[in-house]
Amino acid sequence: MTFRDLIALLENSSIAEAIREGDWLFPSIESVHVIAICATIGSIFILDLRLLNMASRDRPVINLARSVLPLTWIAFVIAATTGFLLFISNASRYLANGYFDTKLVLIALAGANMLVFHFLGGRDLTKWVADARPPSAGRIAGALSIALWVAVVICGRMIGFTMDPT
Amino acid sequence: MEYALYELTGRLSHTWLSGFIQTTPYVIPGLQIVHILCVAIVFTAATVTAGRVFGWVERDVEESRVARRFLTSIWKVLPILVLTGSLLVVGEPRRSLLNATFGLKMALLLFAIILTGVLQARVMHLPDGMRRREGRTATIMVSIAFLTLWCTILVAGRWIAYTPTA
Repeated sequence: MTFRDLIALLENSSIAEAIREGDWLFPSIESVHVIAICATIGSIFILDLRLLNMASRDRPVINLARSVLPLTWIAFVIAATTGFLLFISNASRYLANGYFDTKLVLIALAGANMLVFHFLGGRDLTKWVADARPPSAGRIAGALSIALWVAVVICGRMIGFTMDPT
Repeated sequence: MEYALYELTGRLSHTWLSGFIQTTPYVIPGLQIVHILCVAIVFTAATVTAGRVFGWVERDVEESRVARRFLTSIWKVLPILVLTGSLLVVGEPRRSLLNATFGLKMALLLFAIILTGVLQARVMHLPDGMRRREGRTATIMVSIAFLTLWCTILVAGRWIAYTPTA
C-alpha cells in the first residue's frame, strides 16, 4: 500500500465522510482542538518562561516540570487526536497546503527540541533550584521552544486562509 | 437595538481603519495570531489556577501563590486581547456585530472577567482562617464555573465562523 493509497483510505472512511458532510461535527471537533492546542501551548510556555528565568522564578525547574507536564501531555494527546480527525476529513487538500506541511515539521522539531533537552541539556535538572537562572542549554531550549510553538500557531491559522476551496 | 447594530456596522465598515485592516495583506491573520496566543495564555492561566483549587497541579505550592502567579497574568494579557479583538471587529464588523454567537461570546467574556475578580478575591485575598470557615465548596464551585466559562468562550469564538450573520 502506497502513501497515496493510505490517504485515500483515510479520506474515504465513514468517519471522515461523517466529519466532512455533517453540519456540526467538524466545528465541534475543531472547538475541542482549539481548547487542547491553547492548553498545550500555554502549559509549554509556563516551563519555557521558567527556563528563560522570566516567570515562576521562585519554583525549582524540576518541581514546575513535574507539575505542569502531565497537563501538557493530556492536552497534546487530545490536540493530536482531534487534529488527526480534522485531517482525515480532507486529507489530500491538507497535504497539498504548504502551511499544513510546515506545521507538522515544526511540531516534530518542537518535539525533537524537547527530547534533546531532556536527554542532554536537562540531565542535571534537579540542580536547577528556585531563584536560580538555568544554564545556557536550558535557556536556549526554552527560547527555541517558544519560537517553534508560535510558528506552529502562525501556520495553523494560515491554513484557514490558504486552503484550496475545491 | 438591531437597527443600531446595523447602523454601527455600516459606519465602522466605512472608516479608514476598517479599510486598512481589510485591504492590507496579513493584517487580519496577524491580528488573529496575536489574539490566539493571548487566548492560550489566558486559558492556561485559568486552567492552572482552577487546577490548583481542584488539587491537580502545583500541589506543593499554596493556592494564593499560584493565583498570584497566574491570575495576575490574565489581567496583563486582557488589554492585548481586547485590543486585537476590537481591531478584528473594526476590520470585519458585519462578521462579528451581526453574529449571535459573537454576542454570546462577549456576554460570556464579561461574566468571565467578573468571575476572575471573584476567584482572585477568594483565593488571593481571603485570610486562611476565613477560607477554611467558609469551606472549600464555594471556592471549588467558583473554579468550576470559571473554567467552564473560559472553555465556552473558546468554543463560541470558533463557532462565530459557522454562525450565519443577520
